[in-house]
Amino acid sequence: MRFLIRRLGFYLLAAWASLTLNFVLPRMMPGDPAAAMFARFRGQAQPEQIEAMRKAFGLSDAPLIQQYGTYVSHALRGDFGLSISSFPAPVIQVIGTSLQWTLLLGLVSTILGFVIGSLLGVFGAWRRGGLADSVLPPLLLFVGSFPYFWLASLALFFLGFRWKLFPLRHAYADNLMPSWSWDFIGSVGTHLVLPAGTILLVSIGGWMLGMRNTMISVLAEDYITMAEAKGLSQNRIMFAYAARNALLPNVTAVGMALGFVISGALVTETVFAYPGLGYQLLTAVRNLDYPLMQGIFLMITFAVLIANLIVDLLYVRLDPRVRG
Amino acid sequence: MQIDMQDQARPVTAEVTDMGQVLPLAQPRRGVTLPLWLRAVARNRKATLGVIILALFALVALAAPVIAPGDPTDFVDRPHLAPSAAHLLGTTGQGQDVFTQTVWGSRPTLAVGLLVGIATTIVGIVVGLSAGYFGGGVDDLLSLVTNVFLIVPSLPLLVVLAAFLGSGNFAFFILVLTITGWAWPARIMRSQTLSLREKDFVAAARVGGESGPRIILTEILPNMLSIVVASFLGSTVFAIGALTALEFLGLGNPSIISWGTNLYWASNNAGLLTGAWWTFVPAGACIALVAFAFALVNYAIDEITNPRLRAQGEVAAASKRRRKSAPSTRATPVVRHAS
Repeated sequence: MRFLIRRLGFYLLAAWASLTLNFVLPRMMPGDPAAAMFARFRGQAQPEQIEAMRKAFGLSDAPLIQQYGTYVSHALRGDFGLSISSFPAPVIQVIGTSLQWTLLLGLVSTILGFVIGSLLGVFGAWRRGGLADSVLPPLLLFVGSFPYFWLASLALFFLGFRWKLFPLRHAYADNLMPSWSWDFIGSVGTHLVLPAGTILLVSIGGWMLGMRNTMISVLAEDYITMAEAKGLSQNRIMFAYAARNALLPNVTAVGMALGFVISGALVTETVFAYPGLGYQLLTAVRNLDYPLMQGIFLMITFAVLIANLIVDLLYVRLDPRVRG
Repeated sequence: MQIDMQDQARPVTAEVTDMGQVLPLAQPRRGVTLPLWLRAVARNRKATLGVIILALFALVALAAPVIAPGDPTDFVDRPHLAPSAAHLLGTTGQGQDVFTQTVWGSRPTLAVGLLVGIATTIVGIVVGLSAGYFGGGVDDLLSLVTNVFLIVPSLPLLVVLAAFLGSGNFAFFILVLTITGWAWPARIMRSQTLSLREKDFVAAARVGGESGPRIILTEILPNMLSIVVASFLGSTVFAIGALTALEFLGLGNPSIISWGTNLYWASNNAGLLTGAWWTFVPAGACIALVAFAFALVNYAIDEITNPRLRAQGEVAAASKRRRKSAPSTRATPVVRHAS
């Protein structure tokens, strides 16, 4: 319990830090931020939009501490101001459903990457010098060196454009309405293959190496020798004795890796025009939609923090030592 | 360990093995002799390959005016020409020479990567070693800040930083990439310091009346050089990847020639969808090769400084030399189905 309370406190602090950073950023721009942004629009912005931007950032003549108070209370109610590119829709409404697509993409690729990578790592460590151990690590290291968006573009070109195996863009077919029908779920699935596949390909090497290295340390423990001496079956030793204990440090690594995976997912989305937060972020950058950018930044950060909290809960289930 | 130490074919084994972990032998350091682990890296095949690739890229970046003379932004021919003798890698969607752009693009990309690698490592050393050595309140505070920076996803943070404060110059990118990248080295170095400060030679220095900063700099830091090098390599790869992603998204300075902006223009001019793969492949392949080379060296350092990984490798190598298969279990084989 104490472990969880401490972690919760930490996540609240991290959330507060990013919220505050968001408040400080526009105020760090030289001069009057709204005017500076107006200059960047080269006169294309309406006066109402500038006014909305001032309001979104809580810019007023009130003392800074009061501005900060207004900002925090607005943010807590989910009010991130008005979007500039789709004026006058509120940012929260523009973000709307895109969070769920990013979560789907991020979770599917993280979970698959973790499971497949860890299994490869277990087998690699178990048969040292075997095929999985000598060929796979350098190969996956090489594949993992490519920029996400570059592999994604190639996959899009060959598998989607040239050979027409997978759909080119969006998260589901245009002629379908979101529903819980098999048609729709199937469509979401085929649209997910390329984006999730590229993230998987880039990230799997890290999981494999992490698991392999902890597995090698665990295999040198006395209780493994003991299990061998008892004559337990090799499978039982590999999974119930070695892999189970080697898994723990890697579960904590999942939380840390989520941030990286989400960052990769954002760029990958832009290539496939996948309607998640990353694609929206790109649109926001192209349209200089500052309030939308900030809203997306906070959304992603909060999602990663909550995911980490879930990983912690899982960790408590897995490791009896922290329950005390 | 199961290898035969008398094996005359590999006289260095004992020396390498003796050197042990990253951790120190309390020996006086002699002149210019390289640390043992660094010499072991030089003998490692993976590391050698990595260093050769990096040296080639460094050479290309330095000798860019010789290899690809002329201004990379010049319009030299019709757009989207396929590779030919005149244009080794074809032309871009605007009629610039892809080969020239790729050669010149290495300069800013590698320079930013290396500078960020150095900067994050220095910040990591200062924060990580202070937190690990002084402990207590200092450690609590520094660790808290480190963990907050670790958990906030870096790319969205970089995007808002670049969008609000960016001016497109490289000093700015070096600054924001350092801000988002220092936490990981700091965390690794803190945990290494925690284990080093309990060693006898540190205690001896403390009893000898040496000051904290002096102990950190002369006793602890030299003994974690491999961690410092590894985190420098990792940070450099992070910086190159993040810079490229930012430039690809259009947050860089599109008038500068770098690998990231090359990719940005290739995708803006629909290079791939019109079949002009040569506008897209070279820059991406270069980034991947450089990142792979860094990863290879890092992997080799890990292999060499982690005694368990190394021991297993030596067993495999020894049994290969004797044409025997490596032992299939970690302990004495058990007869399971005795009749």
